Amino acid sequence: MSEKTKSPQNGNQRKPKMTRRQKKEALWGLLFLSPWIIGFLAFYVLPMIASFGFSLMDFNPTLPEQARFIGFQNWQRALFQDPEVRQSFLRTIQFAAISLPIGLGFSLFLAIILNSKNVLGKNVYRTLFYMPTMIPLVASVLIWNGVLNEHTGWINVLIERFTGIQATGTQGLRWLADPKLVYFAYTMFGLWGVGNAMIIFLAGLQGVPTELYEAAEIDGATWLQRLFKITIPMITSVIFYQLVLSVIGSLQYFLAPFVLNQGTGFPQGMTRFYMVYFYKQSFTFSNMGYGATLAWLMFIVALIITVVLFGTARRWVYYASEEL
Amino acid sequence: MKHKPIPQGRMMSRKLREGLESTAVTGLTLVILFIFLIPMFYGIVTALKTDSQFSKIGAPWWPATEGQFEYEGRNYEIYLVPIDGEMQELALVVKGRTNSSFVDPDHPERGLIEWEGVWRQLDRAWTPDPQWNNFVKAWNTINFPMLLSNTLMYAGITTLGAVISASLVAYGFARFRIPYKNVLFMLMLSTVILPSAVTLIPTYFVWYRLGLVGTWLPLIMPAFFSWGTNVFLLRQFFLSLPRELDEAAMIDGAGPFRIFWSIIIPQAVPALTAVALFHFFWSWNDFFGPLIYLAGNPTKFPITVGLTAFNNLYSQSTNLIQASALISAVLPVIVFFFAQRVFMQGVVVTGVEK
Repeated sequence: MSEKTKSPQNGNQRKPKMTRRQKKEALWGLLFLSPWIIGFLAFYVLPMIASFGFSLMDFNPTLPEQARFIGFQNWQRALFQDPEVRQSFLRTIQFAAISLPIGLGFSLFLAIILNSKNVLGKNVYRTLFYMPTMIPLVASVLIWNGVLNEHTGWINVLIERFTGIQATGTQGLRWLADPKLVYFAYTMFGLWGVGNAMIIFLAGLQGVPTELYEAAEIDGATWLQRLFKITIPMITSVIFYQLVLSVIGSLQYFLAPFVLNQGTGFPQGMTRFYMVYFYKQSFTFSNMGYGATLAWLMFIVALIITVVLFGTARRWVYYASEEL
Repeated sequence: MKHKPIPQGRMMSRKLREGLESTAVTGLTLVILFIFLIPMFYGIVTALKTDSQFSKIGAPWWPATEGQFEYEGRNYEIYLVPIDGEMQELALVVKGRTNSSFVDPDHPERGLIEWEGVWRQLDRAWTPDPQWNNFVKAWNTINFPMLLSNTLMYAGITTLGAVISASLVAYGFARFRIPYKNVLFMLMLSTVILPSAVTLIPTYFVWYRLGLVGTWLPLIMPAFFSWGTNVFLLRQFFLSLPRELDEAAMIDGAGPFRIFWSIIIPQAVPALTAVALFHFFWSWNDFFGPLIYLAGNPTKFPITVGLTAFNNLYSQSTNLIQASALISAVLPVIVFFFAQRVFMQGVVVTGVEK
């Protein structure tokens, strides 16, 4: 009797209660996950919430007793009053618009030529193109800083020797001092770090089924047609992954301008990127309430960009297997 | 090239075309590679120059000093002297306004050679003179042993922490049924693209209040709580391991830790090596964290921050800066050459399987 009356209720509960064994397994699993769970709470969730709290305060870490709640004044300042926020953000976008296509294009280009069956000594090239990626970024920025020197740097000396254009000296190509050239110079630093992207693209290319190329060849497709109709569409998932990572990375671009000019923005403020400005406010001026606001703004922008990118992914990214 | 009749020529032209293509693509790759590595040659060559070579007009691109020759107990400068339409390297002994006396360094026994002309218009002769000592100088000026031991300690401890924590967490994700596991996993992956600035200020403040800013602790601690990319890589690898061994061990009464330690870990050595290498290089390269947490405590600086400080102080010593940059690059490059296969496989796993 009692069973009959209870059974419909049990039927509604789609998920049966966990058995003791399942519970035990889940507990063991959680135990193994615990380093991450603790770290996630302690180093991500709580600081993010606290960061938002800080953004509502006027706050200097050396004088915590003077901290006071000021509502959304920091946000108002960042969004409407402080022109440097918008400018440094626009500079970051402008730089990314130059460096991202060049960086992604160059690494994809390298991967494509290294994947070509016609190249002799592939593994040697692969290793040599990868090598500069291993050089600490600070060191490669310093090396590039030398090679792009307007007077003695080899880039200008070589350009002058081969083209006859006056490239050296104050009238020449002042890579790091000319506001029009500095983003290209910084892009060149970045090219030394294409190794990872190159290897990932290369692996993606090797996963493209060769039957497709054979079929295309029979149909008489040219090299360019094969590139744009087969190769690139087949590796869009890898391109997408690289794109997301590099967009987020370039929002946080910091190292090169800081190493070269300690964040002064030389030349003409062109290299005072968003992250540099964040660093100045938070750690040079100890304006941590405002710094937290800037950080949260960056987070919101990164989130929007990621969501938009993932939204467009449906239209152009091809996944070989359906499950993610 | 003549066009041959089509039926016979097809095979030939195809072979020929492939040969040409191969030469062209290989040549192109070589040219790009050469341009790509120019800064590297520049760095090496510059590091070997003397201080004075940078400011001298007419100095060659390779490390060199102006030639000198000792003649009858005195040093004379060597110039490039045009004699009979030929450039000769001669040491200037007697300077005169319209004619000077030289001696041939290769044949001093022949005595003085008279030359008519203005010696001030002559170019100096440069002889190759690489300053290997610059590397020693840079090593000592920057206090490289201290920076190196700081970096090694930092990289070593965090690598250990990263590998241990990531393998535990990855095991949890790969082998246990946990409610909402997929949600947790997506959360973990999302931390990879979270801009670090958004968590930085409160974290910094806590460490600051604890009086630990200026120590390594704020940089080392988080490594023991696992990082998303590392966990992802190891989970992918653990999932590919057959479950039969786990199950057999379980039947024999082994607990989860025992299975993890005696069955999973021994099979996962390549993946663990990849994670360790990743993390090692990452921490070797890390700049922002040490910059913030070690500010004002130069004795704790790693190479990256020390190199930047050195660059700010000695920005005129181009040769020493290049030498120190190269010194800091040597170790990671060597490790990479030895471990490149494992390392590149790791790059591929994290990058493609998403």
